[in-house]
Amino acid sequence: MRVSFNVNGEDVTADNVWPGESLLYVLRERLGLPGSKNACEQGECGSCTVYFDGVTACSCMIAAGQAEGREVRTVESLAEGSGKGGDRALGTVQEAFVEAGAVQCGFCTPGLLVQTDDLLERTVGAGGQAPGDAEIREALAGNLCRCTGYEKIIDAVHLAAARRAEAAGSSS
Amino acid sequence: MEFVRPSTLVEALEARSAHPDGVPIMGGTDVMVEMNFDKRRPSALIDLTRVPELTEWGVDGDHTRLGAGVPYTRIIEHLSGSAPALAKASRSVASPQIRNRGTVGGNLGGASPAGESHPPLLATDAVIELASVRGTRRVRARDFYLSFRTTALREDELITAVLLPRAPGPQQFAKIGTRNAMVIAVTSFSLALDAERRAVGTGIGSAGPTPLRSEAAEEFLEAEFDWEDGRPLAEPVVRRFGELVAAAARPIDDQRGTAEYRRHALSVMARRALSWSVTDYRKGATRCA
Repeated sequence: MRVSFNVNGEDVTADNVWPGESLLYVLRERLGLPGSKNACEQGECGSCTVYFDGVTACSCMIAAGQAEGREVRTVESLAEGSGKGGDRALGTVQEAFVEAGAVQCGFCTPGLLVQTDDLLERTVGAGGQAPGDAEIREALAGNLCRCTGYEKIIDAVHLAAARRAEAAGSSS
Repeated sequence: MEFVRPSTLVEALEARSAHPDGVPIMGGTDVMVEMNFDKRRPSALIDLTRVPELTEWGVDGDHTRLGAGVPYTRIIEHLSGSAPALAKASRSVASPQIRNRGTVGGNLGGASPAGESHPPLLATDAVIELASVRGTRRVRARDFYLSFRTTALREDELITAVLLPRAPGPQQFAKIGTRNAMVIAVTSFSLALDAERRAVGTGIGSAGPTPLRSEAAEEFLEAEFDWEDGRPLAEPVVRRFGELVAAAARPIDDQRGTAEYRRHALSVMARRALSWSVTDYRKGATRCA
């Protein structure tokens, strides 16, 4: 079957989609967007997290056909000046992860970036307080990392939150 | 395999009737796992995410009517006051990403005895709405679970809503697992005190082939509880309540825990839920006076 939706601001169409395949498979194998990672395929690890109509979800658990007409944003959208080609700089969350040493093997990183971006959108991005440790742990509870022990990831989220709050403050 | 995309409830019921071997899919948090792992190859996936009636909630007489396709995140945000036990249970489901997609309808359709929705639905005497091209019927949660992963849902029916009775009293949910998040319950328990009807409701998860109640514990507490003032219960009464809840369980040993541990955990959770509820009840009784 054919599935058409919007991904990272661009209208896309995938053909010959098997009705039982996941959105994750369509993104990676049919649309050339390999940022979202395929690890557990059962919603346990969070590595395939994307925004689906503005809400974060594991793309391995969304049937491709359910994406028809919907809006998907993947980790590829987090770099500044996204879009194919052109200059792209790391976004605030990505930069914070690199600086804090929150990236080791990197397999869990895309999911953590999207989930962190969402947390910051809902907190500092909405004019609220920067999230505390408990709120960060809760937001990232569905993202498994087997390298870092999470401490550096939490540091990275704090760093990104501070920078985003600063940016919001200076722009207002 | 077909992918069927109804956009109204009528179309959805027709699709269900036309594809008896099809599988309805909403949040996909169970169905897609089975697809990804090659455990299920239905003739059709019936995508219910475009049926607006399923994602609505609101007051319906004495009940809150919760569309079967409302994700847990919405339940936590909007129903913590009107359906506290279900909202508490929803908060304990998996992870934010899963709560954004998973639904009570899916929990009921999958009917895993470990599903978080079941104990609160049993404890609060919720009613499940089932619809087909033949019409709509309502089944009490207490009559819905028949045997392991088998429910009163018929082949041509869809789960359209649950009707949650108003909560005139404290409601609790407790769950035991190896982590605070992303965990299937080792066992879980829900308790509801109905101050108006002077009725007690219990629900036990993940400790039997189906979700269970302890009618003995309910009757015992209905007789022992001070419904006037909610005076604290004597320790032997609290302990006996825990024992009766544990006695109603029919657990097995499996990878998540032993039967013995599950019974023990249930008695502890039942005692705690009771203590929390009595404290809440007294606060409520003071306010009313």
